Amino acid sequence: MSGTFVGMPAFPTAAREALADTQLRRNLAHATHTIRDKRARVVAEVEDWEDLRLAGAGVKEAALRDLATHLETLEASLVRAGATVHWARDAEEACAIVADVARRHGADEVVKVKSMATQEIGLNEALEAEGIAAWETDLAELIVQLGDDLPSHILVPAIHRNRAEIREIFRRRMADVGRAAPDDLSDEPGVLAGAAREHLREKFLRAKVAVSGANFAVADTGTLVVVESEGNGRMCLTLPEVLVSVVGIEKVVATWSDLDPMLRLLPRSSTGERMNPYTSTWTGVTPGDGPQEVHVVLLDNGRTRALADEVGRQALRCIRCSACLNVCPVYERVGGHAYGSVYPGPIGAILNPLLRGVSDEQTASLPYASSLCGACFEVCPVRIDIPSVLVDQRAAVVDSHRGDRVPKAEAAAMKAAAWTFADARRLRWAERASGLAGRVLGRFSRTTLPGGRAAAGRLPGPGAGWTGARDLPAPPAESFREWWDRTDGGQDGDRR
Amino acid sequence: MSARDEILGRVRAALADVSPAVSVPAAPRVPDRGDLVGLFVERVEDYRAVVTRCAEADLASVVADVLGTARAVVPPGLGLTVADAVVDEGLSAADLDAIDAVVTRAAVGIAETGTIVLDHQPDQGRRAISLVPDLHVCIVDESQVVADVPDAIALLDPARPLTWISGPSATSDIELDRVEGVHGPRTLHVVLVG
Repeated sequence: MSGTFVGMPAFPTAAREALADTQLRRNLAHATHTIRDKRARVVAEVEDWEDLRLAGAGVKEAALRDLATHLETLEASLVRAGATVHWARDAEEACAIVADVARRHGADEVVKVKSMATQEIGLNEALEAEGIAAWETDLAELIVQLGDDLPSHILVPAIHRNRAEIREIFRRRMADVGRAAPDDLSDEPGVLAGAAREHLREKFLRAKVAVSGANFAVADTGTLVVVESEGNGRMCLTLPEVLVSVVGIEKVVATWSDLDPMLRLLPRSSTGERMNPYTSTWTGVTPGDGPQEVHVVLLDNGRTRALADEVGRQALRCIRCSACLNVCPVYERVGGHAYGSVYPGPIGAILNPLLRGVSDEQTASLPYASSLCGACFEVCPVRIDIPSVLVDQRAAVVDSHRGDRVPKAEAAAMKAAAWTFADARRLRWAERASGLAGRVLGRFSRTTLPGGRAAAGRLPGPGAGWTGARDLPAPPAESFREWWDRTDGGQDGDRR
Repeated sequence: MSARDEILGRVRAALADVSPAVSVPAAPRVPDRGDLVGLFVERVEDYRAVVTRCAEADLASVVADVLGTARAVVPPGLGLTVADAVVDEGLSAADLDAIDAVVTRAAVGIAETGTIVLDHQPDQGRRAISLVPDLHVCIVDESQVVADVPDAIALLDPARPLTWISGPSATSDIELDRVEGVHGPRTLHVVLVG
């Protein structure tokens, strides 16, 4: 009962559609600016924030560099604490493991804690195909699920919806899947949150099986950590008899004390709070308290592919705070759907190609969805140098087309330029041609740049890709070499 | 090959070019802020939780006042008599849903972030009892308040289930506008004893 990212157009096409939606742009600008300011305030409160970032990056980097050892330690700790550990090479295997656990308990529904990993693997759709309903319990996820919509932000998946739209979704859809929204539902956020509380409570009280992800997995103790706000996470982690947690292998930290910098960095970067309302940690099974059957699915699904990338592997440090989305000038304008993935924004622009490769056109368009301004790197709590990885992934996209029988326009242009620059005579001819174009443009062009220089308007054909969103300044009428010849290197005083 | 062995093999192959040794810079400590208990109160209240300070001798009457007519569940080891309270001996989730309030103690208070941590010992009870009722009255002793997150992590036992609580249940999912009160207790009342 939710949409799919499969078959989404490449970023430039999707972005153009998103930009035309003025309601979306208003919702996004309001939301991203609110959270950006909140984050800035609580980060400014921490005197040694930069040192804290270094510590956080260090904890994740150390865990990744010896990942196999830490995964084996984690597995042993989990088993010792009474949990069952599963390994999943890909999305299909992970979904099958979860469905199997639910089926063994005769469950036709599961309650879910918000989790990026389970969205990435398309768990809800896979469970639905098995006749098992997966209820999202995070407020924003509920809005997305009821609205048959797609998430557009890592932290606030319904960031593209305003309160009036949410009220409509609740009124139209809640009754179909459980307790209906009250008739007098207003669009006050507090009232809407109250409706979600009423709607989900019966599901929490009766659910036998819960599915979660984890923000961190501590190798030496076997502890999983879920960071949340609403208490839906606590409900899922506490009330059902069976708990299945799908955990990406990059979520591992080595030791219990490694949680220190992470739990200080994450809430301030993510929701802009000193601490999020609720953090739950659990270590396997606690007799008499909480689920008595605990499963952990350790998920690869492309992570080892990313890990093998010398430049890109730092993206696996990501703790899904979404600070990079909120500061990104591109994300702020086009929103999350244009990225065609559950991971949108700057981190999505590197994570998707790293996890999946750049062989499909949509993923290959993502590394270009950036102005390389660097704001994402500045706010990243674990210091992922996103701009450098973006540039490296652009190179990977170019490399992937080297064997093409029909080269891309850009590659053809580069080849032509190389051929021209390789020979002085060819360069002279090219300069004459460009000087002529400059004179024609100078006379007839109606577009001028600040300072009065003429510019080309929108070019036809492959040139449109460049001029569609940029001014192309008219080339100078005379090249340097022509000027040098004419004035004898400036000796005769004519500087023109 | 099993999925486990294949994934571990891929991890090892991916990291063939790196040395596992990397030095992790120590996380910085917060500067000494002086009055920890005062800071704790200020930061807890900042989340729109209610804080009442009292002496040990007045605790029972303060808790009774906070509860008013609300019917409460208490953990078996609370160490305080609460009039008309139900002592949790394995109540079902539906039973708990019919109860208005819960009274627990805590394991640690964190001043810098205004956080209370429960480690669910007998004086705090099972996780479910401090979750389902709508009012959580949490008794914290001044001596339990530490400066910051690393102090709490050093004191807590990861083998126990832990619940870190910073204010009442809240969400910012609608237009990033924070509202208190979703699925967890909508009111958090901290009684600080000392």
